[in-house]
Amino acid sequence: MAPDSFEIVVGLEVHAQLLTQSKLFSPESTAFGAAPNTQTSPITLGHPGTLPRLNRKAVELALKMGMACHCTPEPHSYFARKNYFYPDLPKGYQISQHRSPLCGPGWIRIAGEEGPREIRISRIHLEEDAGKSLHDQDPAFTCIDFNRAGIALIEIVTEPDLRSGKEAAAYLTELRRLVRWLGVCDGNMEEGSMRCDANISLRLKGAGDLGTKVEVKNMNSIRHVHKAIEAEARRQFAILEDGGLVCQETRSFDAGKGESFPMRVKETADDYRYFPDPDLAPLYCSPSWLEEIRSAMPELPEARTERYRASCGLSAYDARGLAEDRETGDYFDSVISLGADPKAIANWILGPVKSWLNEHPGSVLPLSASRLAELSGLVLGGTISFSAASARVLPELVRNPDKTPVQVAQSLNLIQDRDQDRIGVLVDQVLGEMKDKVLEYRKGKKGLIGLFLGEVMKKSGGNADPRLTREMLEKKLGGYPVGRSPKKN
Amino acid sequence: MTEVNDALIGHLSELARLQFDEAQRQEIKKDLEGMIGFVDKLMELDTEGVEPLVYLTPNLNMFREDKVLAPLEIHEVLKNAPIHDGTFFKVPKVIKKNNS
Repeated sequence: MAPDSFEIVVGLEVHAQLLTQSKLFSPESTAFGAAPNTQTSPITLGHPGTLPRLNRKAVELALKMGMACHCTPEPHSYFARKNYFYPDLPKGYQISQHRSPLCGPGWIRIAGEEGPREIRISRIHLEEDAGKSLHDQDPAFTCIDFNRAGIALIEIVTEPDLRSGKEAAAYLTELRRLVRWLGVCDGNMEEGSMRCDANISLRLKGAGDLGTKVEVKNMNSIRHVHKAIEAEARRQFAILEDGGLVCQETRSFDAGKGESFPMRVKETADDYRYFPDPDLAPLYCSPSWLEEIRSAMPELPEARTERYRASCGLSAYDARGLAEDRETGDYFDSVISLGADPKAIANWILGPVKSWLNEHPGSVLPLSASRLAELSGLVLGGTISFSAASARVLPELVRNPDKTPVQVAQSLNLIQDRDQDRIGVLVDQVLGEMKDKVLEYRKGKKGLIGLFLGEVMKKSGGNADPRLTREMLEKKLGGYPVGRSPKKN
Repeated sequence: MTEVNDALIGHLSELARLQFDEAQRQEIKKDLEGMIGFVDKLMELDTEGVEPLVYLTPNLNMFREDKVLAPLEIHEVLKNAPIHDGTFFKVPKVIKKNNS
């Protein structure tokens, strides 16, 4: 058997913590990083006589995500108890919509290995998070922190549509962009606010039935998901190649070793005894409520990318770069709304502005929209060069937000000289000093234009407008611009 | 009618994390048979075309707004815990790493 006679089949279950202030059924804070067990209540701890009450915002965020994934919201859904005993589950059951999801089938488009692909979402539902077990704090005991218990989650489940670790990574990247774009979840896998379980199986190419699946958990970055799927596919292939059978089990990924180990072997089938939670009223999404949420939906990344490409004339690459996150896209929009040139602004944002942000992590955007529009206008008008504007004016403007780009350029002596008489003198001087090179140029060595330009720039102290200088040099040297000179036979 | 046998009682007691002696098992068997018989009696009714009634009140969407209220004080939180260290609840080790 050859590895390429098999195909990898992957379905992902992603749990995303919703960006609500309080928990799904109780009013404690959801802030990350508080001291253990300081964000709990009798409801979270499952004390008798308590009554959970549903957080409206959580439902709205889940519906937003559903709409962004082209899912159909179910008008009627309810919460059920999923019964099992585990120390991080204080009530002995998890409240979930396992049997009655808030949102039905939909899809997310990803950049697949052979072009865009639509990955089917089977459902999106609401449920509460469990507490956190810490296994290495104490040699004799497992320590439990219930701060996380009861935090609102959505579970986003795909059909088994992914065919490689790389595709799974592309799906998660797109999903993370969406949750961040909508403000539904911060998408931080390292801190566990977005978690992913992968169901992985192999089958012979062309086979209809799915192979035995293995569930892999505990992958806390997109890169780990990618690696874990590849490692699990290799492990299963080795078993099948030996004539063995893959055992259905849950495994945990060890990122250090790059391999998974069995977490628990279930002796009996799961028996969660789901039943509707009598403490919670059923959920009804009226058409008017759904319409209210739909009409407040922001322009989504795909539509934004398409708009940048089609109506701003940007390349697909630049359009995608600007729509990478909503802040960047909104910034671009506010700059061009001031009448700035879209292509120039795209270059500014994806170039110097992005570099500045990378060098200053955690900072807000360095320039207001109007300052960037002014700065870009100065470059387009030839008043200052792009390199001077990005390397010197930009950092100075960040330090002095009250100054205008022109003031900064003046104080740094960066205003370009566009005086044809002054530049003409320098052009004549340079060409006079370099007669041999001028001859070579005229024989066809057009690349020498850079040398002449450099010399004139040097003599001008760097102030001559390079574009104007180049035009003047070309005119003087041949009577026609270099690029358009007639070809020699 | 579902037969209430040792296997069923064993399964239910495992799910409930409870242990029973033989005398208790006999009693449970009798109780369960009574309960299941009662439900089986109800099942005889023709409910064709009747929507299942899940909730007894007509209430829908009993929402609360997304507001944070003061949490429980840590000493209150841990008050009923059999074992704690003032910060964490402590329970027997629940995971064994098995790399073999």
